[in-house]
Amino acid sequence: MTAAAHAQDHAHHDDHAHHPTGIKRWLFTTNHKDIGTLYLWFSFTMFLMGGVMALLIRAELFQPGLQLVNPEFFNSLTTVHGLVMVFGAIMPAWVGFANWLIPMQIGAADMAFPRMNNWSFYLVVPAAILLVASFFVPGGAAASGWTLYPPLIIQQGISIDMTILAVHILGASSIMGSINIITTILNLRAPGMTLMKMPLFVWTWLITAYLLIAVMPVLAGAVTMLLTDRHFGTSFFNAAGGGDPTMFMHIFWFFGHPEVYIMILPAFGVVSAIIPAFARKPLFGYASMVYATASIAILSFIVWGHHMFTVGMPAAGNLFFMYATMLIAVPTGVKIFNWIATMWKGSMTFETPMLFSVGFLCLFTIGGFSGLVLAITPVDITLHNTYYVVAHFHYVLVSGALFAIFAGVYFWLPKWTGNMYNETLGKAHFWLSVIGFNIAFFPQHFLGLAGMPRRIPDYALQFAEWNMWSSVGAFIFGFSQLVFLYVVIECIRSGRKSEQLPWEGADTLEWTHLPTPAPYHTFETAPVVK
Amino acid sequence: MTDNMGANMLRNTLRTAATAAAASASFAASAAYDVDILPPASPIAQQIYDLHFAILWVCVGIFVIVFGAMFYSVFTHRKAAGAKAAHFHENTTVEIIWTVIPFVILIGMAYPATRTVLEMKDASNPDLTIKVTAYQWAWEYDYLQDGVKFNSLMSTPRAQIEEWNGKGEKKNADYLLEVDKPMVVPAGKKVRLLVTANDVIHGWYVPQLGVNQYGIPGFVKDTWFKADKPGTYRGQCSQICGKEHGYMPIVVVAKSPEDYATWVKEQKAASPAAQLAAAAPAGAAAPAEDPNKKWTADELKAMGEKIYAANCIACHQATGKGVPPAFPPLDGSKVATGPKAAQIALVLAGKQGTAMASFARLSDTELAAVITYTRSAWGNKAGEVQPSEVKAARKG
Repeated sequence: MTAAAHAQDHAHHDDHAHHPTGIKRWLFTTNHKDIGTLYLWFSFTMFLMGGVMALLIRAELFQPGLQLVNPEFFNSLTTVHGLVMVFGAIMPAWVGFANWLIPMQIGAADMAFPRMNNWSFYLVVPAAILLVASFFVPGGAAASGWTLYPPLIIQQGISIDMTILAVHILGASSIMGSINIITTILNLRAPGMTLMKMPLFVWTWLITAYLLIAVMPVLAGAVTMLLTDRHFGTSFFNAAGGGDPTMFMHIFWFFGHPEVYIMILPAFGVVSAIIPAFARKPLFGYASMVYATASIAILSFIVWGHHMFTVGMPAAGNLFFMYATMLIAVPTGVKIFNWIATMWKGSMTFETPMLFSVGFLCLFTIGGFSGLVLAITPVDITLHNTYYVVAHFHYVLVSGALFAIFAGVYFWLPKWTGNMYNETLGKAHFWLSVIGFNIAFFPQHFLGLAGMPRRIPDYALQFAEWNMWSSVGAFIFGFSQLVFLYVVIECIRSGRKSEQLPWEGADTLEWTHLPTPAPYHTFETAPVVK
Repeated sequence: MTDNMGANMLRNTLRTAATAAAASASFAASAAYDVDILPPASPIAQQIYDLHFAILWVCVGIFVIVFGAMFYSVFTHRKAAGAKAAHFHENTTVEIIWTVIPFVILIGMAYPATRTVLEMKDASNPDLTIKVTAYQWAWEYDYLQDGVKFNSLMSTPRAQIEEWNGKGEKKNADYLLEVDKPMVVPAGKKVRLLVTANDVIHGWYVPQLGVNQYGIPGFVKDTWFKADKPGTYRGQCSQICGKEHGYMPIVVVAKSPEDYATWVKEQKAASPAAQLAAAAPAGAAAPAEDPNKKWTADELKAMGEKIYAANCIACHQATGKGVPPAFPPLDGSKVATGPKAAQIALVLAGKQGTAMASFARLSDTELAAVITYTRSAWGNKAGEVQPSEVKAARKG
């Protein structure tokens, strides 16, 4: 069936696409597209909140001395900035993409458990409120760093209980979301859509969902132990009662390392969709991409100790975690090489989604390099908890995960809204972001090499110059995101109709078998994939 | 968020903007754009330095190849340049090549790194052992063989730090990286550190010596360094440990073995009492330490003010007003104006679940002095506490 004929077919179906209007549509929705939209707007809201915290941090660090905030509030800012960005911005954004795209890309009518899908979303809202509201309770928000290490965290007040509850709720939401995604992918694929024909985005999310199910309960266990240590007289992490603070670190990072891949694997999927589309050439090494993704996921369970090289593990522990960590460079390298081979001898154009994807490729690679440097245990020991680490994980999470989110939003906006965004402004958003980002974070490598610890509100004079640059860059980057907000709203309101296939090389089901914009209900009859 | 913070923030945003303009004007003259690991000052630090450069060059090599290929492709294989898309999408041979080559490079890197890891972990046969105990927010150094023990606190005055209400005093050259009493070690000798903590996790981090070791309450971890030559090496606490985390620097002074011996002698020659007094930050009491001595209220108060400034001021503030609700005021507080015994017990034991740590590490006289100070400063008029009372409370 041709796309146009199919579009007509769906126009007919649209008559049946009645749904409640106004607030009820959004509160009671079980539609994967509506829920995807909710997740994406929620994520952007949290992104702005976390961004404001980041800018407060950078404003305080603009020069030595304490000018704006006091140290305990500063510690709360760094802590909640991390929690909000990880759990409030990046993860929900990917769940939003999963909701919108997975059913359309595998030819399913909706997610497998639509009502649970609704609940998954409405759980993250109170969790976010708990996190942000903890700033306003006596004692201020959690100030122990996002890793929540005891015994420091035991010293604080009610905000810690709020944070623990928030983490529990977010964990429940993530687990339900993951069950939904796995069930959808394994059971609702259209006839002919074999696993090895699935778009890479679906593959990466399948693997991500398994990671989530494996590690979110571990985090829940860790924070539950914190809770009972605080209130019920247990001593899991208290040496005086036979416990061990180091055990928390082991448990936390057993969750924490897979967690960073949870944030980056869907990014690999999005970039693997966009680069072939704009190179007008099929993805190079599809099978090896799938295997590389799976390898990274499996390795992520045996590298957590590289966050703990300064704890004083035995030499054998340090060596094991060093070797395992270095191994991750192999499948990650395969991915980078595959993307470049996809670009090679293509016929490329550079609209905004492609710009962000190439930006991702360049900057994520730099984040990979600094990861390799940090994998070398002795080097890590001298750089542990310095700004070098801060630079490293912002290269992989901001110019990695976040840039891929931007790329994906620009890529699928026409499909989602039916309208075309303003290309000039989109490109401006990219260039401002990439320049601001690099001014903000590249100098942090230098600060770390020179020995500046992270999570300090004030610093010695030799760090002043690069910190000033970093703050300037952060403000450029931060305010550029308002351009993004404008572009998206302008796109929705413009009425500038997108073509049926705005991207010449896009070839997944949502482009080839569905009209633009995608109607409310899609694939009520499954397509047949050849 | 505390009440005054919002106002502070607004006021200071403007000031920061003004300073920014001024700072950028003077920027070229004062710039210190370090881009490298600090010069190594121990054999391990040297190895770390070399490892870092080795891996950096590997990365640079890969960078040139990867980015070269990518940008060549970006510039030549573009539609605007008339490129027609090829259709290849698989090649098992290249996949194997670019899996195996990185693997081989990694083995090449792992070998020297492994040697250094093993060497770093080998703290055996030290010439000298120092037990390092971290407190919120001070370091205690206990020289196990030489019998010297003291606390090391940041010596940068708060007037240089706090600029909420206007520009602070001119900052010292070693702003935030200076202490009242540095750790002194003999150069060229293997110094083993036994690192632990009293309250929360801290990190003893001196980059130039190649040491970064968590101090974990209830556990003792060892590490070691050997300073190449006499000199001063600075570092900071590397693990977030509460509000003063940014203000617990570490200074290590390496002296020639002869000078070190002299330093130890000086420390020992001083009577234990004087040693204790010297150990007390800001040199509390010069007179002999005798817990049974009766002091006058004024003597205690004068001594206590200094001890307060060194140990208490960060949280409870010079004004005694604290930073509620996290750090309660002492001025007019129930504890500082109530029964003596309760206050002594609180200061000795700390308070679980809050940032109030145990101060049992201070001497009886010092504790009596600082408690007396808090009971008679500001608006408080609750009378003095004698060292003998602290001593009795410790036993009970």
